[in-house]
Amino acid sequence: MVEPRTLPAPAPTLTPETEPFWTAAAEGRLLLKRCLACAAVIWYPRSHCPLCGSRETEWFTGSGHGTVYSFTVNHKGEGAYRGAPYVLAYVELVEGPRVLTNIVDVDPAAVTVGMAVQAVFAPTGEGTALVRFAPRREPGGHRTD
Amino acid sequence: MSRRTGARIVGAYEHPDRVITGKSVEQVHAEVALGALADAGLGLEDVDGYCCSGDAPGLGPISMAQYLGLSRLTFVDSLEIGGSSPVAQLGHAAAAIAAGKCRVVLITLAGLPRSGAFRPIWAAPEAPFETVYGPTTPAMYALAARRHMHEYGTTAEQLAEIKVAASLHAQHNPNAFLRRPVTVEEVLESPWVSEPLHRLDCCVVTDGGGAIVVAAPEVAKDLGRRSPVLLGHGEALKHGSDGRLDLTYTAAVRSGPTAFEEAGVTVADVDYASIYDSFTITVLITLEDLGFAERGKGGWFVADGGLLAPHGRLPVNTDGGGLCNNHPASRGGMTKIIEAVRQLRGEAHPAVQVPNCEIALVHGTGGSLGSRMASVTAILGVEE
Repeated sequence: MVEPRTLPAPAPTLTPETEPFWTAAAEGRLLLKRCLACAAVIWYPRSHCPLCGSRETEWFTGSGHGTVYSFTVNHKGEGAYRGAPYVLAYVELVEGPRVLTNIVDVDPAAVTVGMAVQAVFAPTGEGTALVRFAPRREPGGHRTD
Repeated sequence: MSRRTGARIVGAYEHPDRVITGKSVEQVHAEVALGALADAGLGLEDVDGYCCSGDAPGLGPISMAQYLGLSRLTFVDSLEIGGSSPVAQLGHAAAAIAAGKCRVVLITLAGLPRSGAFRPIWAAPEAPFETVYGPTTPAMYALAARRHMHEYGTTAEQLAEIKVAASLHAQHNPNAFLRRPVTVEEVLESPWVSEPLHRLDCCVVTDGGGAIVVAAPEVAKDLGRRSPVLLGHGEALKHGSDGRLDLTYTAAVRSGPTAFEEAGVTVADVDYASIYDSFTITVLITLEDLGFAERGKGGWFVADGGLLAPHGRLPVNTDGGGLCNNHPASRGGMTKIIEAVRQLRGEAHPAVQVPNCEIALVHGTGGSLGSRMASVTAILGVEE
């Protein structure tokens, strides 16, 4: 097994509209936005619903569970990501949205489409955290991969 | 629209250099502008419409018109939808001519990414949810490739066939950045960039540019130059605002039908196609989206020389495309138009000239197959 590299955790740019997402991540919670009018789960988070146009939306805590929709082992990272290969992926959350992220704590060669994953949180050092995903652990502590 | 207006492409010019030092981006704009005008037999004083992409230096057409010396402009456009911009502007120019807003529109594209002058995309609302995870342009296209492989069984060998075809065409283009024919094995053995994309699945990085001149039919008539006519044109965007982005198709599923309907032709009528080829996967998915191949069968379509001129299923990118010839300013839309003009004029290299080429399709892709993107389809014909 290739020892996965420790990825950088650059701080995201915050706006009033999205700050709750990033500060909740620092507390280990994946916050999502839901439309109160049409019940759609919205991604990326914003104040209005891009499906029905309603401005009535609310935050809720997601399960943090999902599956890998697609992934790449990127050998040509740029900036802080320059260096050893890492996994960039879309994860389909059980709530519906497909979110861009990294798959971590696993040999990149072991990642597959459809792999069950769960959210892990990488502190940026600025009161926020990035939401990454690792292979899902069974209740007994064993990974499903 | 376009049939009614009959707007023609009367001039086209691709910058011959692939590495440019000691010049500014605006200089390259000027060189391709003057080249295209000379090809048309027109001068700066004839130009009353001007289009540049949003990456042009300064305050778009205002700065560039002053620099170029365009003082009669009655129509300008600095559209920014990435590499598809010039293909969109071809349609906009024809519409502006039809509306009587202008008679001669100059469209330029230039950049120096190989020599260091590259402008970043400005801060976008989605950026905080993406840039922190290390996306790169090849990595985002790789996500689309992986998903297509997963859903349809598309293989790396099939993607490699697209590069092989481009290289076989490029060997006949003396200006091509990569002129040596490559094999499927060489593509597969080239280093990983972003799995499943290898280095040879990616387009070249080249300096340079190109320009075209679009003019009213009464102008074209007096120029004594073969002038392809824009028969149909369609534009569409795709961005997954519902949060459930599907990576297996592009906005070409909408731009294609619009263009075909306007032109009154079908895929069976197309003799030659310039298909945007930032990566091999870009070509494969676009061929499905436009209806040349069934959904999921793009890999079969490109295999066994399917894209080779003159007798493949569909001759594609006979200049060598962005994969081997040229991808100036990291934007392939302009060179796609230019090679289609060459084919319709019968001025492509004899080894790759499609016999009796009467209908050509040009497809531009801007943004990323892996996130949000623009598709623009143009269908050109020989003058009536």
